[in-house]
Amino acid sequence: MSGKSSQAAFARLFDEVGTVDSVGVEERVAKYTTRSIKKAAKVQGLKLAASMIDLTTLEGKDTPGKVASLCQKALHPHDGLDVPQVAAVCVYPSMVRHARKALGHDTGVRIASVATAFPSGQAPLKTRLAEVKAAVADGADEIDMVINRGAFLAGEFAEVQDEIAAVVTACGDATLKVILEVSELETYDNIRAASFLAMRVIRENDFIKTSTGKTSLNATLGNNQVMIEAIRDYYLDTGIAIAMKPAGGIRTAKQALQFLIAVKETLGDAWLTNARYRFGASSLLNDVLRQLEKEKTGAYQAPYYFTEATESY
Amino acid sequence: MPTLTEKKTTRSGRPAPELIFGDLWEYDPAPETADPKLKARYDLFINGAFVAPKSGKYFDSINPANEQKLAEIALANKDDVDAAYAAAQRAFDTTWGKMPGRERAKYLYRIARLLQDRAREFAVAETLDGGKPIKESRDFDVPMAAAHFFYHAGWADKLEYVAPGHKVAPLGVVGQVIPWNFPLLMLAWKIAPALAMGNCVVLKPAETTSVTCLKLAEILQDAGLPPGVVNFVTGFGETGAAVTGHPTPAKIAFTGSTEVGKIIMRSLAGTDKKMTMELGGKAANIVFDDAPLDQAVEGIVNGIFFNQGHVCCAGSRLLVHEPVADKVLAKLKNRLKVLRVGDPMDKNTDLGAINSREQLKRITELVASGVKEGAELYQPPCKLPTKGFYFRPTLFSGVSMSHRIAREEIFGPVLSILTFRTVEEAVEKANNTAYGLSAGVWTDKGSRILKMSTELKAGVVWANTYNKFDPTSPFGGYKESGFGREGGRQGLLDYCQLT
Repeated sequence: MSGKSSQAAFARLFDEVGTVDSVGVEERVAKYTTRSIKKAAKVQGLKLAASMIDLTTLEGKDTPGKVASLCQKALHPHDGLDVPQVAAVCVYPSMVRHARKALGHDTGVRIASVATAFPSGQAPLKTRLAEVKAAVADGADEIDMVINRGAFLAGEFAEVQDEIAAVVTACGDATLKVILEVSELETYDNIRAASFLAMRVIRENDFIKTSTGKTSLNATLGNNQVMIEAIRDYYLDTGIAIAMKPAGGIRTAKQALQFLIAVKETLGDAWLTNARYRFGASSLLNDVLRQLEKEKTGAYQAPYYFTEATESY
Repeated sequence: MPTLTEKKTTRSGRPAPELIFGDLWEYDPAPETADPKLKARYDLFINGAFVAPKSGKYFDSINPANEQKLAEIALANKDDVDAAYAAAQRAFDTTWGKMPGRERAKYLYRIARLLQDRAREFAVAETLDGGKPIKESRDFDVPMAAAHFFYHAGWADKLEYVAPGHKVAPLGVVGQVIPWNFPLLMLAWKIAPALAMGNCVVLKPAETTSVTCLKLAEILQDAGLPPGVVNFVTGFGETGAAVTGHPTPAKIAFTGSTEVGKIIMRSLAGTDKKMTMELGGKAANIVFDDAPLDQAVEGIVNGIFFNQGHVCCAGSRLLVHEPVADKVLAKLKNRLKVLRVGDPMDKNTDLGAINSREQLKRITELVASGVKEGAELYQPPCKLPTKGFYFRPTLFSGVSMSHRIAREEIFGPVLSILTFRTVEEAVEKANNTAYGLSAGVWTDKGSRILKMSTELKAGVVWANTYNKFDPTSPFGGYKESGFGREGGRQGLLDYCQLT
């Protein structure tokens, strides 16, 4: 598409879905960080956060053994704290069958697999769709795909949407999460616009997701806010509830609570469930456990009780 | 004019989707617990010392959040005001007026730092006395007050650059009267530039909010400020009249209602006293259809519900472009549902207590007039505390320019929503008011911002934001919102004589 028509395409899309003022968004989310969550509310929030985690390992050095121990952690985050299971484990497609073996069936923890040539998405569509189908066949309950950022930035929105629609079909019954890779979209205007493009072709309770975790900037309160406002506007317009998953960069329990405050005050109670909101994270879980232990005992925990290294799960 | 009512069903006849802002995850109380270190009784601060009022009389200052007595405040009469002015004149003649600017700066820096050191204590005192949420006194009032002292401390040894080509000299003694909405901050706005310029001060705080003023007197003592440079006299309107009507001051600076401002101006007509008046407002916050709507909604909320709407520059009239009027109203309603109204000392409170029973009565009366005149009222279903003065955040849609709620300053958490079709209509409606303190413009189009900012008759025009303050930025009004500026170089010029 030529430069001029791509510019027109963006102008039309922004006009349709509205724009975002970056200063205003950051001012709004700064207010979430001044909320003071104490005592029972804190314990409840932390347990809610734990139940929303997609416990993730996405490394070249992943092995079936590593995945098995991750699954064990997902099923039993801690013995003494009455912590719920996490929502899902998130692995590469080749690890799905190992995860299925470790988790068994009907354990409540779902298996999410990144697919579509994650994280770049730079493979032929046919290959990407085959990857999705293979992951589902191996037992994945959820597929995390990446959008075609190149096509988006060139203003070729139909191509972006057609590809997402093709992945929806390839998913079958599996839930789809569409990764926008916000750091490559560069502006809040683009993040909002891409959210709408994705929402219009996915199904109710499918997700939009911030990032792969493989770039420098991942989930922030700012881009989370832009996306949940898009979800809210789309829901109020159509009645179709889309779910949300911020991923990458959420490492502390305090951060997780701030994201949940944003959800509570923007989307309301109906999104305070792991069917509608997830955290893509790995080290977050142990910080949540650490804070829960502190709430229970009143004492901060030594670092060797709850490791920060996800390798040690 | 569109009716601005919410559609309850979609075209297919199904119920419209709604968001649920319930109690699935309720925040626990998070009270601020710092000790405000209040005295049971506060005397007048004259000539560097706390002195009992000549009348021997005291009045109660109450906490508007629970109506409990906070402290007793001295009632100053004419003789006390005489003593205060005599002390100020003596200080000007003997110490302050002769002191080099670089020396005065040291005192101002010291005041600023001492205020920062005791920021939490002052924030709690401000909230207890005035009813504003602790997050505002903690994150806005106290740090901004300190910032004003720092800024003007920086000016004190550079006054030759305030007005290049002129020599500047202090006016002498100035009388100042401040309102109850930002007690400590207004005090800083008043005394910091006056002191930097070398003037001495007699100041009267509002009767409902004298506590932080008198606490600041302790800081002035700790800073070693020479006796008499700053004097605080507390009391009601009569005390204020004694301050503004006294023969000694070379200048009267007043912040408060237009009504009282006019009385003061009448009383000073024919004298050679200088005046600055920072009076009421009925600001238009103008939202165009190309504005980033969610951020505009945030700015509208911040514009009218900041400090319970007790803000002279509050964006109390929302002018919204017809194509987006329904959308903006729907978004506003959802935003209001998550505003937390209640105990000002809770760190999660967004709207605290109304400052006084009298103000609550005025707000209630004006809201009743809005309903009576046919505007459509919306209030979120939040619970209010049983004791204390509270008012729900309120939206009025379907308002026209002839409604009282569109013309009179309500000074409470009440937003009147009007619509417009063209830029000219927006400007005309925005300027069709006796006031002219501030305005807001929300649009993605830069050229429109520039056009609006030149055509709006308002002292401050905020673009794609609202209620932003800075010591370097002059603040003040057009028309019946007053004259003179506070803050920045322009604010200093109002406290000096040029030769």
